[in-house]
Amino acid sequence: MPDYRNLTPPNSGRLLAAESSHWIRMHDRLAAAVAHARNPGAASDRLYRNEFNAPLESSMISKWIERFAVAAAVAGTVVPAFAADSKYNLPPPQTIIAQEIYDLHTLIFVICCVIFVVVFGAMTYSIIMHRKSVGHKAEQFHENTTVEIIWTIVPFLILIGMAIPAAKTIIAMKDTSNPDLTIKVTGYQWKWGYDYLQEGVSFYSSLATPREMITDNSPAGYEKRKGYANYLLEVDNPVVVPVGKKVRVILTANDVIHAWWVPALGIKQDAIPGFVRDTWFKADKAGVYRGQCAELCGKEHGFMPIVVEAVEPEKYAVWLNEQKKKTAANAAASGSMDPKAVYEKYCVACHGAGVAGAPKLGDKAAWEPRIKQGPETLYKHALEGFKAMPPKGGATDLPDALIKATVDYLAAAAK
Amino acid sequence: MAYADAAHDHGHDAHAHHPSGIMRWVQTTNHKDIGTLYLIFSLTMFFVGGMLAFGIRAELFQPGLQFWRPEFFNELTTMHGLIMVFGAIMPAFVGFANWQIPMMIGAPDMAFARMNNWSFWLLPPAATLLVVSFFVPGGAPAAGWTIYAPLSTQMGPGMDLGIFALHIMGASSIMGSINIVTTILNMRAPGMTLMKMPLFVWTWLITAYLLIAVMPVLAGAITMVLTDRHFGTNFFNAAGGGDPVMFQHIFWFFGHPEVYIMILPAFGIVSQVIPAFARKPLFGYASMVYATSSIAILSFIVWAHHMFTTGMPAAGQLFFMFATMLIAVPTGVKVFNWIATMWKGSMTFETPMLFAVGFIFVFSMGGFTGLILAITPVDIQLQDTYYVVAHFHYVLVAGSLFAIFAGTYFWLPKWTGHMYDETLGKWHFWLSMIFFNLTFFPMHFLGLAGMPRRIPDYAMQFADFNMIASIGAFGFGLSQLLFVLGVVKCARGAGAKAPDKPWEGADTLEWTLSSPPPYHSFETPPVVK
Repeated sequence: MPDYRNLTPPNSGRLLAAESSHWIRMHDRLAAAVAHARNPGAASDRLYRNEFNAPLESSMISKWIERFAVAAAVAGTVVPAFAADSKYNLPPPQTIIAQEIYDLHTLIFVICCVIFVVVFGAMTYSIIMHRKSVGHKAEQFHENTTVEIIWTIVPFLILIGMAIPAAKTIIAMKDTSNPDLTIKVTGYQWKWGYDYLQEGVSFYSSLATPREMITDNSPAGYEKRKGYANYLLEVDNPVVVPVGKKVRVILTANDVIHAWWVPALGIKQDAIPGFVRDTWFKADKAGVYRGQCAELCGKEHGFMPIVVEAVEPEKYAVWLNEQKKKTAANAAASGSMDPKAVYEKYCVACHGAGVAGAPKLGDKAAWEPRIKQGPETLYKHALEGFKAMPPKGGATDLPDALIKATVDYLAAAAK
Repeated sequence: MAYADAAHDHGHDAHAHHPSGIMRWVQTTNHKDIGTLYLIFSLTMFFVGGMLAFGIRAELFQPGLQFWRPEFFNELTTMHGLIMVFGAIMPAFVGFANWQIPMMIGAPDMAFARMNNWSFWLLPPAATLLVVSFFVPGGAPAAGWTIYAPLSTQMGPGMDLGIFALHIMGASSIMGSINIVTTILNMRAPGMTLMKMPLFVWTWLITAYLLIAVMPVLAGAITMVLTDRHFGTNFFNAAGGGDPVMFQHIFWFFGHPEVYIMILPAFGIVSQVIPAFARKPLFGYASMVYATSSIAILSFIVWAHHMFTTGMPAAGQLFFMFATMLIAVPTGVKVFNWIATMWKGSMTFETPMLFAVGFIFVFSMGGFTGLILAITPVDIQLQDTYYVVAHFHYVLVAGSLFAIFAGTYFWLPKWTGHMYDETLGKWHFWLSMIFFNLTFFPMHFLGLAGMPRRIPDYAMQFADFNMIASIGAFGFGLSQLLFVLGVVKCARGAGAKAPDKPWEGADTLEWTLSSPPPYHSFETPPVVK
């Protein structure tokens, strides 16, 4: 695909960027990225493109697509000018995939605009010329097999022209092989959990915007929101990744389906309970990239943002060190929990009062038939969930051994 | 209504001794009465759904949470979708089918008159269940109109009411469809071969088959949600070995044909209106029939394009992308045929024609965004954003709803025996057109810039377009009062007396009947040459 974005006058992006300076203030760090987005000249980028385009370069069809795309881009220079400002278009792409999505969208959008102008130009002409009020007499033709065939075949060919580059991008998006780093993302109602699998680092990430900021309905509250940087798009613990490294993201969820979406990185993947999905990205430039949960997941769906910070490898190493210490401290804290503490923190919600048929602590009659099934069945139900009981009673971050010990504790109390 | 009086005038009408007052409407087996009931029901639900939309747009007028708790906001979006799809758009088209199909094929009535009564009278209880769900503990369903499991298994009893409502509405649709298929296949006037049927009848024949095929699939999906909720099954519960994604496959196997169920009859209406006002026969009749059938068949093999972000393998994404893109071909053929029908005609622009031309224009924009969304990588970026909201409102409001308006203005003179108020109709069209675009066009930008759908509050960069969209939405909603005013005036006989054939270029059988038509449309079948 030709890089027809270069046909844009070099200053058009800046003009619009200046107009919308107040948005850029909101996204201060993204603004730096906007300035660079217009020339994605990284060597790796070019190499990658050639690799994927080479086999089709020679075919007639792709030549034709190229010509069409160039013509379309010239006809639609206004489109890339719009594109510079993220208020009207996809955000400035920060990964190869996001770039390809951006280009695909522009290509197809421009083709659609050209068709729109041609088809509705004809309709408008007809509306103006072929009306009774200007004395036009109706002709009575109503069939023409030739034109029917033409307007079936031509759109079909245009579609093939769109499908080829799209298919290439799909295949590239699916290539999660050979990552430098693997992060497991878990969706919760309503926050995100992150596990750096090779590094042993784990943490949760929740919305950092204070609740009062969201619910304050006084005029002053509205003014405060307006001046608040990254309203609803900030978290307590961002995901930090090294620049230029391929990050494989594997996703699952704990309760309902969520979707992990960072537009500038070109990633959106559902996080599905009981299933593991994967995708990947490689941030080319340092920056903060913001996104949100994209699958309705209950009442706080609009309040579980995602923040990815791409930093230089040295800074990443420093961050990783800190996180390892924190994770170790957290593990020590949960390691120091005894079965009784686990019961009092988690199990008591249902097993304390007998909610949803849960056997109460110390209720011999209720526990007896269950104990008879043997400890392995009890462990299995406790670990994997059973009827209304969620896996691990909801305490999914606790080690299996501790859960088993807690089961023993509950069983012993009923003897 | 006026045509009932007309029927009394016919001394020879053997079946005219129907009850009067409310019982006339409860017991009626007459296709016109039932058509009227469907249309009134649909108009009522359109305003109920519209009120919910007002609630949504009021909350989104400014950033921050002003009016509703987030969970109630989710109830609003869910119920707006369910009510508009199952309560407003679908019953409106069945209303058109009841009124028009017997008259257009030269039949006296529908094939199964009593079942016709039953399929309508199932709807008010179903709608009541939907509305009542707002008042039960936990509120109305709040999992989106797609009621994805396992979120829908978390809801309160409101979800059960919603599920029962859908079951009942589904049963109503299936019965209505069986009736329509039987009527069309068995009760055409002598000489009316399938390929001589008006296009509206063709599109409804195909739609009815789609309904019969997919409504049981929806019933299956929601029944599984119900048993997961109450009877310990684990169809969609991963912890019990179920598959949450399977719900989406089943739902969209219903859901995608459902999209065409809501647009094919609209294509039919537009295909009647355009030739009438261009004073020129429909261009490419046969290719229109083939295009409609192709769209219907393709609709069964594209469902997973709603699920590109669930993470299916590349082969799956490629297949569903290619199949989806293919739909653009027959849809394009239809648009080209309509424009070729207008070409070198002798057009006038009364309200039905304005809405039909408006339909082609705005529906095509929805078609283009549909093509953009068919491209898997782009869809992955735009899935579940306001871009999708813009897309399906362009095809459902500017598509289905505008066609419903076109059809209403087109046939109101026939139905009531009086002309509608042309000035009022034109105001209705222009205000609807302007406010529609004001509401939904900015949503394309919102989606591209990254605003997810179904959120009660949003980041600051989305504030301007949301405010514009809210203003547009209120304008659009209020403009619809003009429609009610126009219809009520017409039904009460305020306009001039309508001739049998008020539109110069109209040539289907209903225009050979009196305006309003006799109680039993064709007692002696006309002969079609």
